Amino acid sequence: MQTISDLPWLSILIVVPLVAAALIWLVPALQRVARTVGLVVSLLVLAGFVVMATGFDFGAAAEHQLTEQASWIPQLGVSYAVGVNGLGLALVGLSVFLVPVALLAAWREQEVVPEGAVVARRQAGFVALVLALEATMVAVFSARDVFLFYVVFEAMLIPVYFLIGSYGGPRRRYAAFKFLIYSLASGLIMLVGVIALGILGPGGPDGFLVDTLAGAELGVWQERWIFISFFIAFAVKAPMWPVHTWLPDAAQQASPGTSALLVGVLDKVGTFGMLALCLPLFPEASRWAAPVIIVLAVISVLYGALVALGQRDIMRLVAFTSVSHFGFIVLGIYVREEVALTGAMLYMVAHGVSTAALFLISGFLTQRGGTQQIAAYGGMQRVTPVLAGTWLVAGLATLSLPGLSGFVPEYLVLLGTFRVNIVAAAFAVLAVIAAALYILLPYQRMFTGPRNESLAALPDLGAREKWVVAPLVAAMLALGFVPGPVIDVLRPVAQEAAIEQPSSLDTATGAGPDGSSDAAAAVAEGSEK
Amino acid sequence: MLGTPALSARTAVVDAAAAGGAASYAWLMIALPLLGAAVLLLAGRRSDAWGHWLGVLASAGSFVVGLLVVLQLIGLEPDERVLSLHLFTWLPVGDLTVNAGLQLDPLSMSFVMLVTFVGTLIHVYSVAYMEHDVDRRRFFAYLNLFVAAMLLLVLADSYAVLFVGWEGVGLASYLLIGFWNHRTDYAVAAKKAFVMNRVGDVGLLLAMMMMFAAFGAVDFQGVFAGAAGASQGMLTVVGLLLLLAACGKSAQFPLQAWLGDAMAGPTPVSALIHAATMVTAGVYLVVRSGPIFEGAPGAQLAVVVVGAITLLFGAIVGMAKDDIKKVLAASTMSQIGYMMLAAGLGPVGAAFAILHLITHGFFKAGLFLGAGSVMHAMDDEVDMRRFGGLGKYMKVTWLTFAAGWLAIIGFPGLSGFWSKDLIIEAAFVGEGWRPWVFGTVALLAAGLTAFYMSRLFFMTFHGEERWAPTSEGKKQRPHESPALMTVPMVILAVGSVGLGAALVVGDTFTSWLEPAVGAVEHHDPVIPIPVIMGATIVLMALGVFLAWRQYGASTVPVEAPRGSVLTRAARQDLYQDAVNEGVFMRPGQYLTRALVYGDSAVVDGAVMGLARGTSGMGGWLRRLQTGYIRSYAAIMLVGVVAALVVVLAARG
Repeated sequence: MQTISDLPWLSILIVVPLVAAALIWLVPALQRVARTVGLVVSLLVLAGFVVMATGFDFGAAAEHQLTEQASWIPQLGVSYAVGVNGLGLALVGLSVFLVPVALLAAWREQEVVPEGAVVARRQAGFVALVLALEATMVAVFSARDVFLFYVVFEAMLIPVYFLIGSYGGPRRRYAAFKFLIYSLASGLIMLVGVIALGILGPGGPDGFLVDTLAGAELGVWQERWIFISFFIAFAVKAPMWPVHTWLPDAAQQASPGTSALLVGVLDKVGTFGMLALCLPLFPEASRWAAPVIIVLAVISVLYGALVALGQRDIMRLVAFTSVSHFGFIVLGIYVREEVALTGAMLYMVAHGVSTAALFLISGFLTQRGGTQQIAAYGGMQRVTPVLAGTWLVAGLATLSLPGLSGFVPEYLVLLGTFRVNIVAAAFAVLAVIAAALYILLPYQRMFTGPRNESLAALPDLGAREKWVVAPLVAAMLALGFVPGPVIDVLRPVAQEAAIEQPSSLDTATGAGPDGSSDAAAAVAEGSEK
Repeated sequence: MLGTPALSARTAVVDAAAAGGAASYAWLMIALPLLGAAVLLLAGRRSDAWGHWLGVLASAGSFVVGLLVVLQLIGLEPDERVLSLHLFTWLPVGDLTVNAGLQLDPLSMSFVMLVTFVGTLIHVYSVAYMEHDVDRRRFFAYLNLFVAAMLLLVLADSYAVLFVGWEGVGLASYLLIGFWNHRTDYAVAAKKAFVMNRVGDVGLLLAMMMMFAAFGAVDFQGVFAGAAGASQGMLTVVGLLLLLAACGKSAQFPLQAWLGDAMAGPTPVSALIHAATMVTAGVYLVVRSGPIFEGAPGAQLAVVVVGAITLLFGAIVGMAKDDIKKVLAASTMSQIGYMMLAAGLGPVGAAFAILHLITHGFFKAGLFLGAGSVMHAMDDEVDMRRFGGLGKYMKVTWLTFAAGWLAIIGFPGLSGFWSKDLIIEAAFVGEGWRPWVFGTVALLAAGLTAFYMSRLFFMTFHGEERWAPTSEGKKQRPHESPALMTVPMVILAVGSVGLGAALVVGDTFTSWLEPAVGAVEHHDPVIPIPVIMGATIVLMALGVFLAWRQYGASTVPVEAPRGSVLTRAARQDLYQDAVNEGVFMRPGQYLTRALVYGDSAVVDGAVMGLARGTSGMGGWLRRLQTGYIRSYAAIMLVGVVAALVVVLAARG
C-alpha cells in the first residue's frame, strides 16, 4: 500500500488537464459538452491538489517536497524535476482554485460567436486552452530545473496568446501581438541567460537543476549579466514599470476569464521567478541590483495607482491597480526582510484572488451593459445590487481594507520594508490613499448616482454567477481574518530568502538631528531581553 | 505580571479567560452585531419584514454582554481591572506576531457602554425613522456592521487589531453616508469621507511601522514597554503620526472637511457615527496612547493646538450655517476639539476628555435625533430659516431638544456643565503662555457654543413660522414623531440632564478610569477656579442672550442676508474645500492626466518603438501581425533547439 505522497502528484496535476485539453480539442463528441468536461476536470484537479496537500509536510515548508526527478537530456544536464516548497504549493493551489472559477464565469461567454464559427467548436477551443494553461501553470510553479522552467515559461505563452487573440474584444489582435512582442523579446533575453548558465555552470547529467546551480561559482559580472537577463523576463511578466504597457491592452481586450487567470496567476510567474530562481541562483547579483529594483518597485506602486485613477475603461483600470500591487510584491521581495518577504508571498496569493474577482465581476457587468467604458454606467447599485455589492467587496480587498485579503500582505510588506528602508516604505504607503480613490471613484461612477435608464432592466447576478463569486468572497474573507495557515506555509520560505540587515532607525536617526540612535539601540537591546 | 515601569503598564494585565465570567465571552460583543450584519446582508429581501428587529436585538445583545463585563470589572479590585482576552493568533509572522486579542479595561468598557447603549437607542429610533425606506434592512445591516467595527476598535489590545476596527468604522461610515447614493452629491460625500480618513490612516500605518521598527511590536503592552525607554524624538514622531490618524477620524483640523458633507447620511447615522461614537475614536486613540504622548511633550502640544484650532473653527462655522444638521456637525467638530485639547494635556486632562466624550455622546446624539424628528415632521427640510415656532407642535421633541441644548451650552447642573467646565479648568493649568492661550480659547468657545446652539434652538422651535411648502407643494403640517422615536430621545435627554452629575460628583468616573489612563494629577489653574467658572457662566449667558435677541425676539429673514466677510467665509466652512481643491485635488488631477498621457505616449511608445525599430525583428513582426501566428511556436522551438545546440557545443 502506497502512501499518498508516493504518487507523482505534481505530474498528475500537470498531465490530467493537458490530456483533457487535447481530448477536448480533438474529439468532436466531447466538444458539445466541452464546458462540462472542462469544469469537471478542473474540479478533479482541485480535488487532487487537496489530496496532495495532505501529503505535504507543513512543518518543513521551506524544503521542496513531493519531488520527482527523471533524466531528460542527460548530455546537456537537463532533467524533468518537479517539487514544491510552501510558496510553490500556495501558487499551485491558487492556480487550480481559480481555473474552475474562471471556467464557470466564462460559461456563456462564447455563445455568440463571429460569423462562420461554430459555437461548440469555439467553446471547446476556449476550454481546451484554459486547461492547457492550467497544466503549464502547475508545471511552472513546480519546476526544479532551470531549463524545464524556461521551456514551460515560454510554452505557457501559447495558450495565453490564443486566448487573447481569438477570444477577446475588437482590438484583440493588437493586444495579443503586443503581448507576444514583449514575451518574445524578454524570453529571448532570458534564453541567453539560460544558455550562459548551462555553459558556465558545473555541468553534469543534472547540471540544470536549481539545486545544482545554486551553489555554482560564477564570476561577478557573469552572475550579474545572467541575473539581468532573467530579471528582465520576470519584470516584463510581473509586470513592472516601465515594461508594463502590454498588460492594460491585454486586460482590456481579453475576455474576463482570461484576464483573471492572466493577471491573477500567470503574472505571478514573474515574481515567483524572482524568488525561486533569482535569489538562490544569483545571491550576490540580487543584492547588487536591489537598490535599483526597489526604486523601480516604488515607482510601480505609485505610478500604477495614479495612472489607474485616470482610466476610462474598467478593465484597464484593474490592470493598472495590478501594476501597483506588483510593485508592492517586488518591493517586499527585494528588501529581503523576513516580514516583508512573507508579506510579498502572501500578496501573490491574495492579489490573485481579489484581482480575479474584480475582473470577473466587472466582466459580469460589462457583458450586461455591452461596454467597458466606466462613464456608460450609472446608478447600477439600484439595478443589480448583488453585483454591485460583490464588486465593492472585491474592490475593498483591492484597496487593502482590513478584514479582506489585501490588507495583511500590504501591511506586512510595509512594516517589513520600513524596518530596513524608511524612504521606500514612506513613499509606498502613499498608495494607500490613491487606492481608496481608484476603487471608490469607479464605484461611484458605475454604481451610484442617478440610474442610467437604458440599463435599468438589466438582471442581477444569476445562480451560476453567484457560484463564481461565492468562493472568491469566501477566500477574501478567510485571507483577511485567518491568514495564519497560509502564512505558516510561506514564512519558512521567507526566512530562507531574508538576509541580515541593520535596522533603518539606527542608520536614519544616527544621522538625524534628534540623535535618538542611542535610544533606538537601547530599545533594541531591551527588546532582546 | 509585567516587570515594566509604571509608565508603560499602569496595572498588571489579567487573563480574562482565567478570570471567567462574562469577560471570557467578551468576544460576543463584537460577534453579535457582526452576525446580525451578515444575516441581514445574506438573507436579502426575505428578511425585510423582521430584519430591523434583528438589528436592534444584536445591538442590545452587545449591550447586555458589555454590561455584564462592566459589573464584573466593578466587582474586582481597581488594580485588577485590566483584563485581556486572547482569541487567536492573527498574524503568526515571527518577529511580528499579532494576536487577535481584546483588552477589557475601564477605558474600553466605557466606550462599549456608550456605543452599545446609545447605539441601541438609535437602532430603535431608526426602526421608525427609516420605516418608509425600501432599503431599511440594508440600513440595519450597515448599522450592525458599524457597531461591530466600533467595538473592535475600542476593545483591541493592539494597534494592528485596532486598525481593523478603525478602517471598519470607516467602511460603515462610507456605506451609511452614501446610503442614499442615488444622489451623486451624497455618493461624493461618502467617498470624500473615506479618502480623507485614509489620509489619516496613513498616519496610523506609519506610526505602526515606526513602532515595529523601534520596539518590535504593535500591541499595546509591547509598544508601551518600548516607549518607556525610547527617545523623546522617536516618541514625538510616533505621537504626531497618531495625531494625524486622529485628525482624520475625528474631523480635526486640517482633516476636518469631510464631516459637514457626511451629513448626507440618514440622520440616525449622523447621531450615532458622526456625533456620538466614531468621530470620537481619535480622542480614544490619543488617550489610549498615553504612554507615548507622555514621553513626547512636543506631540502633546500639537494635540492641544489641533484641538484648540478645531474648537474655534467648528464654533465659527456653526454660527453661520443655516442647515440644522451642518450646525450640529460643526458643533461636533468643535466639541471634539475640547476633547482633543484635554487629551493633549496629558494626565491632567485625559480623563476629562473621556468624560466629555461620554456626556457629549448623550446630548449630541439626542440633539441629532431631535433634528431628525424635526425633519421627519417638516418633510425633510433642513434649512432653519424655514423652521420657526415648531415647539408648540412637537412638545416632546422640543423638551428633549431643550435638555440637549442646555447640556451642550453648559447650563449649570446639566451634563455638559460638569465635563466642559473641567476641561476649561484643566486648560488653564500649566506654565508660561500656554494656559493663558488655551484657557482663553476654551473659555471663549464656551460663549460661542452658547450662541450657535441657542441660535439653532430659537430658529427652530421659537419665533415666527417660516415654513416652505412641502416638496409636493402642500402646506407643512408638523406633528410629533411616533413613540419609537420619542422614547429614545427622552432617554437621551435624561442622560443629558443627569449623567454629568452622576459621573462627576464624588469623582466616580475619574477613579473608575484610573487603572486605564492613570490618576488625575491635581494642579491649580493660573486663575482661581471660581473665577473661571463664573466667567464661563457669564459668557454662556451672553451667548444665549445675543442669540435670543437676534433669532428669538426678532424676525429671522427667510433668505440669508449677505453677511460680513467672516460670516460668508464661515458659511463656506472657512474655504476648506477651496483650499483642499487648490492644493491637493487639482495638482493631483493634473499629475494623473500627465501620467496617463505619458504612459501611452512616452513609456509605451518607447518600448513599442524600440521593438519596431529593431531592424532584424521588423520583418518577423510584420509577418506575425499579419497572421502567421504559429510562427511563435516555431520561434520558441528554434530558440530551445538553438539553446541545446549551443550548450552541447560549448560543453563538447
